[in-house]
Amino acid sequence: MTELPVAPELVDPSPVADWHRLDVRMLIVKPLNELLGLIPVFIGLLVFGNGDRWRAFVGVAVVVFIVGLGFLHWVTTRYRITRDQVELHTGLVVRKRLAVPRDRIRTADLTAKLGHRIFGLSAIRVGTGQHEKAGDDGLTLDAVSSAEADRLRQVLLSRASEPSTAEESTPGVVLSQLVPAWFRFAPLTLSGLVAVGTTFGVLTNYAQELELRPAAFGPLLDTVKWLRESPIAVTIGVLTAVVLVLAVFGSLVVYLVQFWGYRLTREADGTVRVRRGLLTTRSVSVEEQRLRGVEVQQPLLLRAGGGARCTAVTTGLGRKGESSLLLPPAPVGEAHRVAAEVLHVEDCPTSAPLRHHPWTALRRRLVRGVVPVLLPIALLGGLARAGVLPNWPWEITVVLLPVAALLGWDRYRNLGHVLTERYLVARSGSLVRETVALQRTGIIGWRLHRSFFQRRAGLVTVVATTAAGDGAYQVIDVAEADGLALADAAVPELLRPFLVHDEADVRSAG
Amino acid sequence: MSVSTSAQLRLRAPRHRVSRKSITLWTLHALIGWLVLLIPQVVALIVVRGGPAWQLVPLLATLVLAIAHTLVMPQWRYRVHRWESTPEAVCTLTGWFNQEWRVAPVSRIQTVDTKRGPLQQLLGLATVTVTTASAAGPVQIEGLDHDVAMRLVDELTTTTQATPGDAT
Repeated sequence: MTELPVAPELVDPSPVADWHRLDVRMLIVKPLNELLGLIPVFIGLLVFGNGDRWRAFVGVAVVVFIVGLGFLHWVTTRYRITRDQVELHTGLVVRKRLAVPRDRIRTADLTAKLGHRIFGLSAIRVGTGQHEKAGDDGLTLDAVSSAEADRLRQVLLSRASEPSTAEESTPGVVLSQLVPAWFRFAPLTLSGLVAVGTTFGVLTNYAQELELRPAAFGPLLDTVKWLRESPIAVTIGVLTAVVLVLAVFGSLVVYLVQFWGYRLTREADGTVRVRRGLLTTRSVSVEEQRLRGVEVQQPLLLRAGGGARCTAVTTGLGRKGESSLLLPPAPVGEAHRVAAEVLHVEDCPTSAPLRHHPWTALRRRLVRGVVPVLLPIALLGGLARAGVLPNWPWEITVVLLPVAALLGWDRYRNLGHVLTERYLVARSGSLVRETVALQRTGIIGWRLHRSFFQRRAGLVTVVATTAAGDGAYQVIDVAEADGLALADAAVPELLRPFLVHDEADVRSAG
Repeated sequence: MSVSTSAQLRLRAPRHRVSRKSITLWTLHALIGWLVLLIPQVVALIVVRGGPAWQLVPLLATLVLAIAHTLVMPQWRYRVHRWESTPEAVCTLTGWFNQEWRVAPVSRIQTVDTKRGPLQQLLGLATVTVTTASAAGPVQIEGLDHDVAMRLVDELTTTTQATPGDAT
């Protein structure tokens, strides 16, 4: 059934290559995927529903519509790979023609949803150096057979000059893979709470939409009645416990679904490849040459539990869907090890000892943390004095003060930067602490930001701009002379013509 | 990384000021912005005649802020805004209360374009925008005399075209 085209583009670079269609099995898979997403609704209908014939009719119409769309998509979509570029033609009403030069391709992202997997298909998304806009699909083939997707991945990412046939069989070097002990970090990610929240939201939404009456469902009614009759402390206790248990369970499920079978490998064709997923499998390949750095992220809870995630700073990956993920929540040591492995360095730059920022930076962190709390306190206090409000609102707000101060202190403590042989390392943040190691050759400009108050405190925020990742990485509130020396040293010759030495002030700046 | 020299490092200001006509432009911009806030308040005051006296407070506050901002901001900005283009880099210094110094190496420039809004056309001014591959790094030189802007664009496009590579 799968007629693999024998990569003629590489062996014999003929100027006109054949046009390919997407895999014909897509006609079944696309509707199937949509239907799988609707399963919760059907379950809802089965459990609570009242079997309305009209709704069933609408349901069938929707299915027909989806199948029709899938057919149109299949008929109108064609792609081909010539020696120089990848071309994609798609759309019936709005004709879209995409052509991507092959030497601009930086990443290949293979996604197989459950429906895809049943039929052995994969969607492949090709990323270029262009900075991705949100909502832009780029060049996506949804879907081709898994074998074809894998072939495309290798053909598109290998340099055209290299013979790819010999390397296809070589397995990659495993840099890291999932250890069951990492599951302990799942509850620290809040994803469980989010999952419980969204599930609850979706369920109530569906219930309303389909006019289901959960109230008519016996056990639920009894529970609500029992809760209402118990003392308030018990009610709150029970509800908290239920939410906590659900959140922990939910986060475990989310972790399992997202990161099952996680493997980070270095492939023979010079790419780093992440594979993961239980139901929907993802395979993201990043050209190592285009990797501009790594980022170690530690949300507060995860940091408290000694964990971290690791993402790639690279061009060609969309911001959505965590496609730049290199390591799921794991021990922080592992995150640094992975960072070093991916970057090909002995000493991990992200765990290098950092230079702290001056004390004046602490003052700024505290002011910025505490003032936003002081303002509502003053307002609520004023209103209480005027007799408009009772006293307790401002008294409660006062409790937030130490929290804000602590956060400010933590934000200051986490500030730091250092310049290693090849990387600029910067750390900041408290609720999400981010340590980025940015390749010095990947920096394509500087922004030096000085607010009125920063100028008075002799501080500067140095922002390195780059084509990869977020586009800009900050070294927040560094002493002015230090910041300038840092920028000057990181990218030689760029800043030099604009720097002057104040010989009058001969104190050491280091 | 310790600084090897014992001297204090400082950035020098870029060489060129923007056109003096920019002061007029910024003043007009500020005026328009404040009028948008002021006119509804005045209209409300006229419509609801005989309201409580404190109704005047927000209007007066806006008026004071508007006058201060419109008088101070353009002058302050004119003193700060500077730009310079060397064979290696383009740099700007912008802002007033908060200031930002930006530099982009000529070798990483992707596009150079000019933009002229209606007010700018009236005053014979232009904005030159230099973009790099970074989403966060456009260097904008606001308020150049039109002929200066044209010359700068010509110069930059010539040097950029001479640089090979894809500038990422």
